[in-house]
Amino acid sequence: MEREVSIKVNGKLYREKVEPRMLLVHFIRERLGLTGTHIGCDTTNCGACTVLLDGRAVKSCTVLAVQADGKEVTTIEGLDGEKLNPVQQAFLDTHALQCGFCTPGMIMTAYWLLSKKPDPSEQEIRDALSGNLCRCTGYVNIVRAVQEASRRMRK
Amino acid sequence: MTPSSFEYFSPSTLEEACRLLESHPGEARVLAGGQSLIPLLKMRFTTLSYLVDISRIPGLSEIREENGTLHIGPMVRVAELNDAPSVRQYHAIADAARIIADPLVRNMGTVGGNLSHGDPSNDLPAVMIAMNAVFTVTSTVVSRRINARDFYLDTFTTALKEGEILSSISVPGHSGSAYLKQKRSAGDFSVAGVAVALDMDGRLCRWCGIGLTSVGPVPLSAAKAEEMLRGNELNASLIERAASEASMEARPSSDFYGTAEYKRYVVKKLTKEAIELAIRRAGGQ
Repeated sequence: MEREVSIKVNGKLYREKVEPRMLLVHFIRERLGLTGTHIGCDTTNCGACTVLLDGRAVKSCTVLAVQADGKEVTTIEGLDGEKLNPVQQAFLDTHALQCGFCTPGMIMTAYWLLSKKPDPSEQEIRDALSGNLCRCTGYVNIVRAVQEASRRMRK
Repeated sequence: MTPSSFEYFSPSTLEEACRLLESHPGEARVLAGGQSLIPLLKMRFTTLSYLVDISRIPGLSEIREENGTLHIGPMVRVAELNDAPSVRQYHAIADAARIIADPLVRNMGTVGGNLSHGDPSNDLPAVMIAMNAVFTVTSTVVSRRINARDFYLDTFTTALKEGEILSSISVPGHSGSAYLKQKRSAGDFSVAGVAVALDMDGRLCRWCGIGLTSVGPVPLSAAKAEEMLRGNELNASLIERAASEASMEARPSSDFYGTAEYKRYVVKKLTKEAIELAIRRAGGQ
């Protein structure tokens, strides 16, 4: 049986009827057309589907849309305005991506980390990103990007 | 991947949640954070007709310390254990909360879910066994208390009866505790994990609890090793012997994570290190 949910995504409230089995990532991509959130492993490992749910980074392939009812979701599309968000810009500037598939998830996790810890150590960055997998460029430049974003955001 | 169809309930009281479970025996499950259950449903290892989401029931997300006992609500997210100052002196819980799965899963996954799922690879059950925690389970009829040691009956099978929900976790304080685990890669389940809790009086061990993760059909207590330490002064040779005993009490099987022999070796090593760490912490270090 379908249920109506009210979910605020990137500041805009959506009321939609969904089947309870619909995953949040499908709601975001297929209902709302926000395809910046990627589906990678689909098994709670890779973190390509990371979004913020009430400000906390979660894997949206492992959340039901009905669980997000009444909550706020932020996706990669919600980060930039006229200009790229400092985290996005830092990823670009430090070559923190190669194929780019993991990038939205990496950026959402980095954004969440910096929102609660503006000046993380390298180890804290690596720990925070341990649920996001990159299979091409490796993590060195990704860590650099987060450090660079942290510097710029604290200025 | 999409789970097969189910009906979803989001009750606002514990009683209503229990009633929903009771009225659909065998077909309904509690949905807490969903970090174990949703993958099972997606891969269709499990099919359920009804999910009862307890996340909107007020009062299940509290962490409170009272008279030397930590009370944890079942809907406390694992990440919240990290942020709560009262959890810090319950070292083994704080250790586990930093290394369960990954930070994103910890933001969603709950203490009650980790404990009720009955997966012998979950980390918190061994911690609760070591710390001698008591679980309160609630049904429409009655509340009862179950010691963590008596809660795990078989793989994915707990002492929870039809219509019962784990409603509170009470953890007594100890002078020192630790949880260590060895994993193959970031975010993975462990090869083995060991939780130790000690009540110390100088070098004298008044009481001790040891719990084991991933090395049996259920999370285990290493009862013989505990007995060796209780009432004795802890020195290097006794710790070594107790660690050996714990490794013999483990019931590992050979699989993807390693051979049974290797897992016993890991249990021995981690038991020794966890006892030593718990002793250091009991000394206030």
